[in-house]
Amino acid sequence: MTQPRRSFQVGTGLFILLGFAALAYLATQTTSVANHTQGDSYALKAKFSNIGQLKQRAPVKLAGVRIGSVQSIMLDQQSLSAVVTIGIDKQYQEIPDDSAAAIFTSGLLGDQYVGIQPGGSPVMFKDGDEVILTQSSMQLEDLIGKFLVSGDSSKAPPKADADGPGTAPPAKP
Amino acid sequence: MNNARRPSMIGDALAQVGAAGLFLFAILAAIPKSLRHFRETLRQIWFVGAMSLVIIMTCGLFVGMVLSLQLYYTLAKFGGTAALGTVVALSLFRELGPVVTALLFAGRAGTSMTAEIGLMRATDQLSAMEMMAVDPLSYVVAPRFIAGIVAMPLLACIFNALGILGAHLVGVSWLGLDNGTFWGNMTANVDVWTDLVNGVWKSTAFGAVIALIATFQGYTTPPTSEGVAYATTRTVVSSSIVVLALDFVMTAFLM
Amino acid sequence: MNETNHPNGADPATAETDAYVQIRGLHTVLNGKVIFDGIDLDIPRGKITAIMGPSGTGKTTLLRHITGQLDADAGAIRVDGRNVPDLSRNQLFDLRERIGYLFQNSALLTDFSVFENVAFPLRQHLRLPEEIVRNIVLTRLQAVGLRGAAELMPAELSGGMARRVALARAIIRDPGLMIYDEPFVGLDPIALNQVLKLIRTLNDTLGITSILVAHEFAAVRRAADHVYLIAGGKVAAQGHPDELAERDSPWTRQFFGGEADGPVPFQYPARDYAVDLGFPAGVA
Repeated sequence: MTQPRRSFQVGTGLFILLGFAALAYLATQTTSVANHTQGDSYALKAKFSNIGQLKQRAPVKLAGVRIGSVQSIMLDQQSLSAVVTIGIDKQYQEIPDDSAAAIFTSGLLGDQYVGIQPGGSPVMFKDGDEVILTQSSMQLEDLIGKFLVSGDSSKAPPKADADGPGTAPPAKP
Repeated sequence: MNNARRPSMIGDALAQVGAAGLFLFAILAAIPKSLRHFRETLRQIWFVGAMSLVIIMTCGLFVGMVLSLQLYYTLAKFGGTAALGTVVALSLFRELGPVVTALLFAGRAGTSMTAEIGLMRATDQLSAMEMMAVDPLSYVVAPRFIAGIVAMPLLACIFNALGILGAHLVGVSWLGLDNGTFWGNMTANVDVWTDLVNGVWKSTAFGAVIALIATFQGYTTPPTSEGVAYATTRTVVSSSIVVLALDFVMTAFLM
Repeated sequence: MNETNHPNGADPATAETDAYVQIRGLHTVLNGKVIFDGIDLDIPRGKITAIMGPSGTGKTTLLRHITGQLDADAGAIRVDGRNVPDLSRNQLFDLRERIGYLFQNSALLTDFSVFENVAFPLRQHLRLPEEIVRNIVLTRLQAVGLRGAAELMPAELSGGMARRVALARAIIRDPGLMIYDEPFVGLDPIALNQVLKLIRTLNDTLGITSILVAHEFAAVRRAADHVYLIAGGKVAAQGHPDELAERDSPWTRQFFGGEADGPVPFQYPARDYAVDLGFPAGVA
């Protein structure tokens, strides 16, 4: 009877271990914790006139590869622009200091991230540097607005726009 | 006979709820004593937890796969397939993981608890324990109750993990979604505390409720084969209802 | 047990009687049916007392009163000097630790082997080294002749073997009082004789006070020192079994002589037979 008892206990222990392993796996691999667990990083600053939906902990990518994350977002009171501090993993030391940062959206409805477009300078970024060349987030509203503005000069009279969609062609006086 | 019963059905149901509540207090009172039967508790965790692994893991994998398939189809209509990982993870962690695991747990472990205790009642084993000065509440019921509370969240985590793997399998390996997008989108949007851990709390509560209903039904069953059969059915029916109702309440207040 | 150390008669409580179990004015109503209507009963220390009676007279109910599993409506039940209805749950458990109870259907724990079943009370109440547990269990199994069956599961036992395992379990902690609830039911003559012999031996060698509930008068006659015949909620007759068999009362004649009708009616109370069959009353 001692034998089966022992195996119960070992089996139960294994089961509990498996459960906690699953929890640990989920917590570290599928949640935001995964973004914290990178090793040492160095900080760069970048100013954007508009950051759109960019959030803290959003990924920073170079050539599509994740190299760091957004650490903080603040407003610079003097220039009235957003100051984004990004943390780049220590292992990516060789980024030219004339590289540009831009805010992109992954997919039409996806989340926004900071993309780095590498430059050609022989000098590399170091901790605390500022990224000079930046491109703000593309705002869907602005794009549509521009499209409409460029569209109505060539085609429909401005009145049609005001009527809105779905209305029957109005009787022209 | 049915007609004679109908007027008191609500009263009967209320009486059952009240009796189950009192039973809960009796279990809680018996828990300190049951710590002496630690081995029995381990044995019950083995029975309700480890023995449910196969069904939980298989179902987790398939739920994740079908979720991935369905959501990919839906998200593709909006050009948002990049969000697949997020949507799968959120629906699993917050809702499907705890609830489906609880329903499976009620069917797999709850029924066996009820039938086991009911048969122990029917064959006088509970009375025999009483006569050997062993309190069945602390030796039989409390270890199963604790086992339910311990095993359910672990099973739900395992279910979730397998679900994510299944979703990854379908989304990335089959439908061709980018691996980095799948994980990156997920990690950016799923929060440990509000999503994952709240789901774990939910499943803990479900485990307690199912174990309470199962042991209560078994303990109070009439000692006949018909009585045990009815009690087993009632365990599945009432724990399913209570789990879904409790799920709504907890979602409304917790998340 | 230390009660044997009390000088007999010095203590007024024990001076009153040397009954292990003393029941006075027991009244019980279950589901509207009167089970006991003022029963007085004494179970003498160190003797085997049989309780007999027609089915449904509440013999098992009486045992449940004695062990505190069921509350009586009125009356005193003193077991070993303590009034059972007054005991708290913990005190009741203390009392039960000194009572061995043999269930009619053995009630072995189906999850455990024979060995673990017998060891169960030891493991639950005492922290003993495994070696000692093993020795005690094997001695008891040897006493019931089933040492070789120690590793079997209850499902693998015949009814008679299960009864003997249950007996080994009941005596594992040297109880002061043994209660046998219909120990002979469903046993073949050989097994019946074995169980009977065990009951007698336990009583003779260990001096355990025993209560024996049984229907088999032939068996009871060979084992019991005293018989109570309970019928209609009262003690109908009592005495030494041989003396009872001789006695010429309608109760004993029907019960021990096996006549179908007598003071205990053959028919369950019913409406008039003729009315039930659809004839005018009184025709039949």
